[in-house]
Amino acid sequence: MTELEERRRAVPEEDKKREAHRALVDRILHGPGKASPEQRAQAFNNADIPPPLKTLIGKVATRPTQITDADFDAAKAAGFSEDQLFELVISAAVGQSTRLYEAGLAALTEATSDGNGD
Amino acid sequence: MFGLIRLFSGHPLPDAAKLVFYRPDFYGNPAKAFTHEAMRGSSAWSVGDRELMAAFVSKVNQCSFCVDAHTATSGQAYRDSPKVQAVLTDVESAPIGDGLRATLRMLAKLTRDGMVSAEDMRNVLAAGVSRQQVEDALAVCAAFNTTNRLADAFDFELLASEDFEAGAKYLLKRGYR
Repeated sequence: MTELEERRRAVPEEDKKREAHRALVDRILHGPGKASPEQRAQAFNNADIPPPLKTLIGKVATRPTQITDADFDAAKAAGFSEDQLFELVISAAVGQSTRLYEAGLAALTEATSDGNGD
Repeated sequence: MFGLIRLFSGHPLPDAAKLVFYRPDFYGNPAKAFTHEAMRGSSAWSVGDRELMAAFVSKVNQCSFCVDAHTATSGQAYRDSPKVQAVLTDVESAPIGDGLRATLRMLAKLTRDGMVSAEDMRNVLAAGVSRQQVEDALAVCAAFNTTNRLADAFDFELLASEDFEAGAKYLLKRGYR
């Protein structure tokens, strides 16, 4: 079986998991919410975050065990509501795990595109 | 609703369940659909293997709630808690197959460093793991890297061990939907 045929054969199952993941990402980034789509995208990408949110969102993405109540308090003091923070924290968590998912899939594609894979 | 579930099950509802019930349209519903597909959808990995990957990724992320929850679930699925404990203690010497061991190593590196190389993936494939199995493992890794972060951010409260065992029984019976 050629690699292309094998990939075609693998499509349905591959699609179900990745499709469900895409649906989650689409919902939190583009669906209705209390935080703006721009704010959710910033949290998702962990980039261009305004100062009062920067510590909280950065910690969710890269060092979640260090999150403290003070990080949430600083964001609330700057005017973010609990509903907005709920959305932005989720956006940051899904954003980081999406980067890991994509990095893994890209490495897998590279490993199997040069004839050394299965 | 929480009170009702508690009444029926006799166990407190874990914070992980409360999270997906809160504004479910935003996160809970699509997150449950993805996690269920990753953990219970069709795969050459067994449910026990995938729950073990969830516990293992959670351990790399030092997320106590998720480690305990999925250690219990994997142990029940395998009917072999000592095997799960052995993997979490030392994946290199644990009594598991080379394919699963290589996959866990790769997931740990990806979770810890944020990246893996094509060479890392070739090592997994060379251990007898199919391309589709690697993809399936990456889906588990994505689901639990999200959940671990939310458990930390929303400060999921640890449960008594019998409550984690009850939660595990529920997850094996009903899945994540």
